[in-house]
Amino acid sequence: MRNGFPFKRRLKVRQVKGGVFRTMFLAATLVGTFVLIVLIVDVLRDGAGWLDWQFLTSYPSRRPEEAGLLSALFGTLWVMAFTALLSFPVGIGTAIYLEEYAPDNRLRRLIQTNINNLAGVPSIVYGLLGLSLFVQALALGRSVLAGAMTLTLMSLPVIIIAAQEAIRSVPESHRLGAFALGATRWQVVRNIVLPSALPGVLTGTILAMSRAIGEAAPMIAISALVYLTFIPTNPMDRFTVLPIQIFNWVSRPQEDFQHLAAAGIIVLLIVLLGMNAAAIILRNRYQQRTEE
Amino acid sequence: MRPENPNPPENAISTYSTSPRRVRKRPLLREASITWLLFGCALVSVLTTVGIVVMLAVQAAGFFRQVSVLEFLTGIQWTPLFDPQHFGVLPLVGGTLLTAGIAILVALPVGLASAIYLSEYARDSVRRVLKPMLEILAGVPTVVYGYFALTFVTPLLRSVFPNMIVFNALSAGLVMGIMIIPMVSSLSEDAMVAVPRSLRNAAYGLGATRFEVATRVVMPAAVSGIVAACILALSRAVGETMIVAIAAGSTPNLTLNPLESIQTMTAYIVQISLGETPHGTLEYYTIFAVGLLLFIMTLLMNLFGQWFVRRYREKY
Amino acid sequence: MENNTACLETNGLGLWYGKFQALRDVSMTIPHRRITAIIGPSGCGKSSLLRCFNRMNDLIPGSKVKGEVLFDGRNVYAPDVDPTEVRYRIGMVFQKPNPFPKSIFDNVAFGPRVNGITDNIEERVEGALHRGALWEEVKDRLHKSAMELSGGQQQRLCIARTLALEPEVILMDEPCSALDPQATLKIEDLMRSLAEEYTIVIVTHNMQQAARVSDMSAFMMMDPDRAGTLVEYGPTSTLFTLPKDKRTEDYITGRFG
Repeated sequence: MRNGFPFKRRLKVRQVKGGVFRTMFLAATLVGTFVLIVLIVDVLRDGAGWLDWQFLTSYPSRRPEEAGLLSALFGTLWVMAFTALLSFPVGIGTAIYLEEYAPDNRLRRLIQTNINNLAGVPSIVYGLLGLSLFVQALALGRSVLAGAMTLTLMSLPVIIIAAQEAIRSVPESHRLGAFALGATRWQVVRNIVLPSALPGVLTGTILAMSRAIGEAAPMIAISALVYLTFIPTNPMDRFTVLPIQIFNWVSRPQEDFQHLAAAGIIVLLIVLLGMNAAAIILRNRYQQRTEE
Repeated sequence: MRPENPNPPENAISTYSTSPRRVRKRPLLREASITWLLFGCALVSVLTTVGIVVMLAVQAAGFFRQVSVLEFLTGIQWTPLFDPQHFGVLPLVGGTLLTAGIAILVALPVGLASAIYLSEYARDSVRRVLKPMLEILAGVPTVVYGYFALTFVTPLLRSVFPNMIVFNALSAGLVMGIMIIPMVSSLSEDAMVAVPRSLRNAAYGLGATRFEVATRVVMPAAVSGIVAACILALSRAVGETMIVAIAAGSTPNLTLNPLESIQTMTAYIVQISLGETPHGTLEYYTIFAVGLLLFIMTLLMNLFGQWFVRRYREKY
Repeated sequence: MENNTACLETNGLGLWYGKFQALRDVSMTIPHRRITAIIGPSGCGKSSLLRCFNRMNDLIPGSKVKGEVLFDGRNVYAPDVDPTEVRYRIGMVFQKPNPFPKSIFDNVAFGPRVNGITDNIEERVEGALHRGALWEEVKDRLHKSAMELSGGQQQRLCIARTLALEPEVILMDEPCSALDPQATLKIEDLMRSLAEEYTIVIVTHNMQQAARVSDMSAFMMMDPDRAGTLVEYGPTSTLFTLPKDKRTEDYITGRFG
């Protein structure tokens, strides 16, 4: 032993320790997945039996056997349609402005910091904003439109940040080539930057929408209803959405309503799965094209 | 002003004999209006913040006209809907911090451990699979987590703690912790990945094991990012609504006992929103006072987290 | 020599990027329908000078220009001049080929389309590809992606893209430095044939190329403040065999740079 230092023995201890921790770290990484699987199995077990066509086409009812998701489904559709319609152009427009037009000065940095901060504001606060601004001050009432505008404001930071990344990934050399051919800045954006960035922006928008769909808190503040037996026919109608309906059922003590809630959750998760799958397919097709 | 165009070379195919004339009208007006339109879009985000601040302040003012700020911030009883009315917000804040604290106690070790594994141990192919799986956790709607907390976790916990009430802080806190694991993990991992290879190589060169490099070299170097990750995750937990609204209860209760029923600031706002409280009453304004406090708390946490990273980040 | 009146002229041109002066007092006259080469060591401002001709420096925030750049007698930096108009008549080819991720046809048609020219697009594209010595190689796949072409083909595509606008001047910023020797020779041949109709200004760090290809040469250097200055300018044969300035001689003979 050199200098009386038991290196080999110490090394064995260190290695065993390292191995143990490695397993622990791996286990930690898998904890989340494990819980997720438990969650999904639990929900499926509780709700699959209650998921049928009648469930999807009935209105909520005080009697669990007759209750259904119809008003919530249509409410979600209406709100999400308007949210997408409003948030996509404003989101892209902001990102284009920040990346292509804004000079690098304090105003731009302020806007950027502000957007980053808005992404961290609790969703219920957006609900309160929507309540006081859209429902009351602008007198839109507790309407689909007020809900959509609230969700738009909430989704914008996510969309803007994703769009900025997509725009930044367009190589500068393409822009320079277009400028050198006499294109104006808007022509460069419209003909060169946007076509290349669009798939990335769409992916970001879909992901933002999929988050917004699951938001109950701001919608509760706007809609304030959990028991709705009609579907919206115009944007000024009152509404309810899937998460609110689920929340309503979970809050009731009778066990049957728990099953209804689980069935509703299955529907919600399927919708989310579809949206995320669409986003991933879009992203993969885009990556294939640029690798040509 | 343009010189005459000479004859084109013979091998060119051309059906025009004069140079093409530019037919684009003066685009300056169109360019300017487009620039303004885009600026208007950017303005929406600024106006959103202004709107939040103004609306919360104006509505909360309706509350503070009748209740003093001191009573609000220091009172330990919150009974705005009962007689006698008390407007001390501390029980709600306590409920929020209790559940958020439990959440961080869960998410910090698990998230950090995941981050260490993903950044120091996992091969690229493994990482590409595990990371998205972790991200899925973040994409689950919070109502679903709330359902899970109430119908699965609570019964499970009650088999261990038989005198636990159905609505309690522990279930909600645990599930919230699961929800924010991806946030802690991903932000910590970013901080660790940013530590340069050369530092690790120096440690390996001195005979350190992978575990020692991870814990004695990489983590200390990334500590500012890790702390910021925790602060941001805490802020997220403070702002969370549905999990606590479903599983933690609606009893404002200033306590450190996680087995008891509590009410968070967010759950209170939901409770009133669903009720029949008419506009313009003091009870109605309470949600804006609580909302304002919530906004200020999360904003301060987010700003602090960002400032912390800037101040203490190692410059490589 | 007929037609050697000034096409482009600079008078006391100075260029700043923020506080840093990149060009100092550059005065030169570039003749019509000749190839003028700008040579010099790295960092001496060759590309910056080139970018002054078609106002591409405008796109760099903080850039300022003093002095004049005359194109057919008119200062391109006059306040009433629209930079996009300048770029319509003075084209540019870049060091690394930068075709757009579009079809070959759409690449060449891009210039005319954004400038509002909508008639005879197909003939213009075909003509440009002919003059750019690329037609034979792509005529059967005009609607395939331009990214599938080789490096040399992509650069000729970029030249054809510029030609589609029928500019009077073509600026080339080290057009061959990213290409292999075979592709380089093809581009040099192309340059010579284009010079019959267009004025060409080429920046190159390859002295042999300058000697092979150009009629006039300009030698630039950094002065002690790191601003670029014009050291000597004259017919290529004279500059390379009997340089007037010692610094030119040192560079040509390889003593530095």
